[in-house]
Amino acid sequence: MTAQLPALQILLPMLASALCVLLRSPAGAWLCFTLATWASFAVSVLLVLATRSGAILSYEMGGWEPPFGIELRIDALNAFVLLIVSGMAAVMAPFARSSVLAEIEQTRVYLFYALVLLCLTGLLGISITGDAFNLFVFLEISSLSSYAIIAMGPNRRALLAAFQYLIMGTVGGTFILIGIGLMYMLTGTLNMADLAERLPAMADSRTEKAALGFIVVGASIKLALFPLHAWLPNAYAYAPSLVSALLAATATKVAAYVLIRFIYTVFLPERAFDGLMLSELMMALAAIAMIAGSVVAIFQHNVKLLLAWSSIAQIGYIVLGAALVTTAGLAATTLHLLNHAVAKGCLFLALGVIVWKTGGARLSDLAGLGRTLPWVGAAFVIGALSLIGVPFTGGFITKWYLLVAVAEQELWLLAGAVVLSSLLSIIYMGRVIETLYFRAPSQGTTRSEPVPVLMLSSVWLLALLNVAIGSYSEPFAAIARTAAGQLLGGTP
Amino acid sequence: MSLLWLPFLPLAGALLVVMAGRLPNLREALSLLTAAVLAALTFSWYPVVTAGETPTVVLFDFLGSAQLAFSLEPLGLLFASVASGLWFVTTLYAAGYMRGNNEAHQTRFFTCFAIAICGAMGVALADNLLTLFLFYELLTLSTYPLVTHKGNAAARRGGRIYLGILLGTSIGLLLPAIVLTWVLTGTMRFEPGGILDGQVSQGMATLLYLMFAFGVGKAALMPFHKWLPAAMVAPTPVSALLHAVAVVKAGVFSILKITVYIFGLDFAAQGDITRPVMWVAAFTLIAASLIALTRDNLKERLAYSTVSQLAYITLGAALATSMSVMGGAMHILMHAFGKITLFFCAGAIYTAAHKTLVSELDGLGRAMPFTFGAFLIASLSIIGLPPLGGSWSKWYLMLGALDAEQAIMMAVFMISSLLNIAYLLPIPARAFLFKPPAGSPIGLREAPLASVVPLCLTATGCFCLFFLPGPLMALLSPWNDS
Repeated sequence: MTAQLPALQILLPMLASALCVLLRSPAGAWLCFTLATWASFAVSVLLVLATRSGAILSYEMGGWEPPFGIELRIDALNAFVLLIVSGMAAVMAPFARSSVLAEIEQTRVYLFYALVLLCLTGLLGISITGDAFNLFVFLEISSLSSYAIIAMGPNRRALLAAFQYLIMGTVGGTFILIGIGLMYMLTGTLNMADLAERLPAMADSRTEKAALGFIVVGASIKLALFPLHAWLPNAYAYAPSLVSALLAATATKVAAYVLIRFIYTVFLPERAFDGLMLSELMMALAAIAMIAGSVVAIFQHNVKLLLAWSSIAQIGYIVLGAALVTTAGLAATTLHLLNHAVAKGCLFLALGVIVWKTGGARLSDLAGLGRTLPWVGAAFVIGALSLIGVPFTGGFITKWYLLVAVAEQELWLLAGAVVLSSLLSIIYMGRVIETLYFRAPSQGTTRSEPVPVLMLSSVWLLALLNVAIGSYSEPFAAIARTAAGQLLGGTP
Repeated sequence: MSLLWLPFLPLAGALLVVMAGRLPNLREALSLLTAAVLAALTFSWYPVVTAGETPTVVLFDFLGSAQLAFSLEPLGLLFASVASGLWFVTTLYAAGYMRGNNEAHQTRFFTCFAIAICGAMGVALADNLLTLFLFYELLTLSTYPLVTHKGNAAARRGGRIYLGILLGTSIGLLLPAIVLTWVLTGTMRFEPGGILDGQVSQGMATLLYLMFAFGVGKAALMPFHKWLPAAMVAPTPVSALLHAVAVVKAGVFSILKITVYIFGLDFAAQGDITRPVMWVAAFTLIAASLIALTRDNLKERLAYSTVSQLAYITLGAALATSMSVMGGAMHILMHAFGKITLFFCAGAIYTAAHKTLVSELDGLGRAMPFTFGAFLIASLSIIGLPPLGGSWSKWYLMLGALDAEQAIMMAVFMISSLLNIAYLLPIPARAFLFKPPAGSPIGLREAPLASVVPLCLTATGCFCLFFLPGPLMALLSPWNDS
């Protein structure tokens, strides 16, 4: 059984997705979604336990030996990403029930769950596979299904947002495909470990450089790294609440994983960062993203948009750590994948409850809710504190590791950018919190029934997780260090 | 008893307060009980620390090899004793004040109060910079709901300045300074003699000292002092304990601790490492006194007086002699007693007569003799006149300035004392000597007993501290080389 875990990780949500279509009833589909995500989370926990000490699991799909067959290959880094993706989905499942019923047409609910599960399958597949082309296939599965679920948002602008994302996403996917094609042309293999062995022989060929360029740009689009971020704000803002939360917590993390995996494992850092000034470029873009994203967030009136712009800034932190090419930097990035997922997930879910209650996510819809919905308000505040990087929240942990990593390299300007971005986040989160607690409630129509316990439990699970990681982060930090060591050691 | 009780007992108290939220009498009783036990526990460490031991507890590895750890050294014990002892008195006062003024959300108030004390105790006991930072921020955040307690537009504005400056300086300067120290030296522990000596250049050390001094925004060095007057929108017990004792003293205490145990006095005195901060502190000292002269709102005048008095302690640290450090440490205690009395009086005046401006106080001393008597005693103590406690700390601060051969700083201390007289003494003088406005009621009109008793207690404290400096000297003996 344990030997089959890697396959189960993808198959569980995939089969559950088909089951949802067969079940058709909203309640049945939700149950199916919940059970599948929980089971998939359990699998990822087992995978993390198996790989956290540095072991690498390899699984031959269908019994075909790599490099000819598809290999699923799990080390500390992707086990951690799998844990984040499936964990976030599992935590959000209880929240989904009421939120989805409120935002999606009754007759389409089962299709919605089926697509969300398909999207998860794609994200988990990208993270687990050791085969470059297989990665592209999963990328398309997750992208296509996410276009559809974004378009199901309650506002008609969701259609335009989904279309924008579709154009940008397709360009990104195609770039990655071209990059993979060029590598295949050079080496005749698609297995990442095999590629890593064969590419050095092709060193300094222009084709290799072009392949790297295509893949970096393609992954950066999926990652929404400045200046390729244009699709993200609207996609997050107009999607159904569950989708905003889920994508914000997982999709960009997986895209960051793709970027790191290709640069560090396939191309190997010493060659990838040599000659193209990739490290400097990534640092500069990350710094601009951190500051510009935060500045734009300050001026948003729609809180979903505000959180989306804040995500663009946070992606800057993730890329910055990866661009430093040091163990400390990579460990900070790996940890931030988790901490940002937990913080943003918490914020989007708390906002989802507010949308469920008031029907809107504009600042004016939030006025005075800190008093009428004290539990939701408090959870939002915890998420906001984590985003700012206040002690005893997960955000502080990453900020610390990232600042240390930057200071070790004596990159003072970048340290300044990290600090400045934190200061800006005080301003934009402060605005929301002041609205929550100090403005008189607006007279709009709100639902009279109390917030469902299931919804609240998801929100608070994430809020408590923020505090728990902030108070005792060592287990996760140890995994992050192992992952960073493996990436720099060049082991695929 | 374990050292861990000191920071975590208030947290347990906060939990009890929440649980007893529906029964106000029980809630306040639990608050008082926690405060009393905490103060007793803190005092019980006195013999251990005076004997020269430094009890230490390591909780766990917090960030890699950086630990969450507590230890108790003389300065920390002094600050912890002040915070916990005055917490008890303030709780008594707050119970009377909050009820007397019919304030809302009293459970939230007492809960946040207890959490803030947890933050202050954590700062006092921090064994390294990281632990200090964690509890420093806890103190900032837990006091925000207290500052904005009234929930109106003025409270929101005040709260915005409060949180903006305190979080801004700590994340923008203090955290980078700590990271820099960690990267440069590989340790963050507070060690006797400091950790920077020989590890960093003079220029870097000067920069670090500036970052620490401004990063600790709670010390209210100009230009980062605005949060303190802004925080005066809070109910008076908050201003009394937090903005005369726990919060502001956590700031100057941090600067003292960093000067003594991170830089080390020998290293800090070399070259010009602490010079820039010394001048900034001297400027703040005088400028804040001058501003205080112009303020008619009583609490605001007291706030600027606090800014000025905090600069005394920062200046004591920046002079970097053992005398000046001793004077600074003593001033933490002496000023705490004096200023908390003044704030208690301001609150009592508000409760009994609903007056907030200095110009409205004419003749009020006849109706409130105890309150204004206490006000007079505390003012004299802050000015530094014998026979009151405040004279000791000023004495040692001036000796420290002499030791450091900074005649100008001597002059700064003296001018400032004169300014203290100018902005503090007119208040009791008006109350006692001026005629009350026509038509005001005659007879004794003091605030409720729960308010008057604490302010008499702390005023008596100012007096006793002058005659009983022995235990304090014994505690601070590591710096007493006279």
